[in-house]
Amino acid sequence: MRSSHGTIASAAVITAVVLPFVGLMLWSFSNRWFYPDLWPQQWGLRAWDYVFGTAGSQILTALIQSLLVASVTAVISVIIGVPAGRVLGLYEFRGKNLISVVLILPVIVPPLCVAMGLHLWFIKMGLAGTFLGVVLVHLTFCLPYSVFVMWGVFSNYNPDYEDQARSLGASSSKIILRIMLPMTFPGIVVAGLFSFLLSWSQYLSTLIIGGGRITTLPIILFALMGSGDRPVAAAVSLVFVVPAFFALLFSARYLGGRSITGVR
Amino acid sequence: MVTPALAVVTALFGGGLVLGLAQSLGFVPAVGMDSLTVTHFTNVLGDPDFIDSLLLTLYISGTSTAVAAVISTAMALILVFVAQKNRLVHFVFQIPLTVPHLVIAVAVVFMLAPTGLVSRMAIKLGIIDSSASFPLLINDRCGIGILLTYVWKEIPFITLMILAVLRRSGMQLLDVGRTLKANSWQRFRYITLPTIFPSLGAACLIVFAYTFGAFEVPFLLGQTYPMMLPVWAYKNYSDVDLLARPEGIAAGLVIAGVVIAAIAISQALTQAARRRGVVL
Repeated sequence: MRSSHGTIASAAVITAVVLPFVGLMLWSFSNRWFYPDLWPQQWGLRAWDYVFGTAGSQILTALIQSLLVASVTAVISVIIGVPAGRVLGLYEFRGKNLISVVLILPVIVPPLCVAMGLHLWFIKMGLAGTFLGVVLVHLTFCLPYSVFVMWGVFSNYNPDYEDQARSLGASSSKIILRIMLPMTFPGIVVAGLFSFLLSWSQYLSTLIIGGGRITTLPIILFALMGSGDRPVAAAVSLVFVVPAFFALLFSARYLGGRSITGVR
Repeated sequence: MVTPALAVVTALFGGGLVLGLAQSLGFVPAVGMDSLTVTHFTNVLGDPDFIDSLLLTLYISGTSTAVAAVISTAMALILVFVAQKNRLVHFVFQIPLTVPHLVIAVAVVFMLAPTGLVSRMAIKLGIIDSSASFPLLINDRCGIGILLTYVWKEIPFITLMILAVLRRSGMQLLDVGRTLKANSWQRFRYITLPTIFPSLGAACLIVFAYTFGAFEVPFLLGQTYPMMLPVWAYKNYSDVDLLARPEGIAAGLVIAGVVIAAIAISQALTQAARRRGVVL
């Protein structure tokens, strides 16, 4: 009885997860597909050609812009997040609970509120409509995330290895490069991937702070949905999902998929 | 070493909230507005549109969280036996975790729109005769499209939070229950539920908080009236009438307030219940 339940559940899970992507695939490879036909009248690569083939196209520019924003946000999140996570994971000190509240709030409170509040300030500082401004507003919730990931990583980290290296005469920079970073590397990659994904999926905070001048992929996708070009919107959606799959593959490979829980 | 992280978060997040609060209280010295007023808040709270938006938002967040919680609990109880053996199911099940909400919202449009895949299928099967007779499932009154998107996205999240606990401690206890002749309902009520409750509750809170304040999905799949609160807040904020801007920010802060209050209250309730010895 258990196994038949299991088979049904497995089939249901796979169908439910895969179904939305089947729709996107069909649409992205259709050149002509009028209602009410169940299959496209004409298959083709028009949408994909439009996304990647048109040199200097808006979509390609947005893709690069998205990659840059998310990468820079992720790198800064990791650089600031690793030392913070190390201290929080390794040492006991007063105020730790307060720190965790301060860090959890930006993860829970919707980015909408923060972006609206920061906007006027950013305009005055000349940050509105700039790359840096968008990175900063994304950092508000990406950075706490990477701190939490690294906090968890360093809770299971044994600093004795560093003492041994030091007693053998290793310098601080050598200890960081040869011991701490290699030992925490999978965690660092996950922290970076999470931050990347969070920034990559942002729409409204980019729109508010970027003011239409920083055009990322989600902003283009909304415009496409408005224009009604379904094949191109489907193709862009599929491009949009690629980093998510990489993140999942990596975490499944190195962490048994456990710590991926919690990406929003 | 924690200082840089805290400084960045405090400046950006705290700064954002404080500056937002100042603007929504009418305190914008740059444009010569330097007196405090609560009119923007009273305007927002007294606006019938706001009340409708708030109710719709509570309905969508509450329903998607509750539906996802029930399915996730059942899912976890099944997967605890299945997924460990079947790596494919385990992997596929995690896919929704990392997929951006927006992509699924787009896919839902393609499937449920009046000219979408489901409607085409219904025509093939002879259930309906034209797209006009297909029921409205996106941009609809009940928020079906929004609910589906959220439930699809959040089930794996809640399920994996429960699964982690079940795998750690739930299984042996169930065997104990069985040897004590507890029936399956009793085992669920007095063993499984208390075991998973803290993580189930925490996961539900996160889902509720997210769905309460998220913009993309209701913006794409919602109806024009009433709007969900985040969409309403942004509509006011981006209004050509600059006087509506502080009201947009005020609405945004109300969202933040509800989210923070929901978390604080549920924490307090859980602790109070524990102190009185309630088995949760």
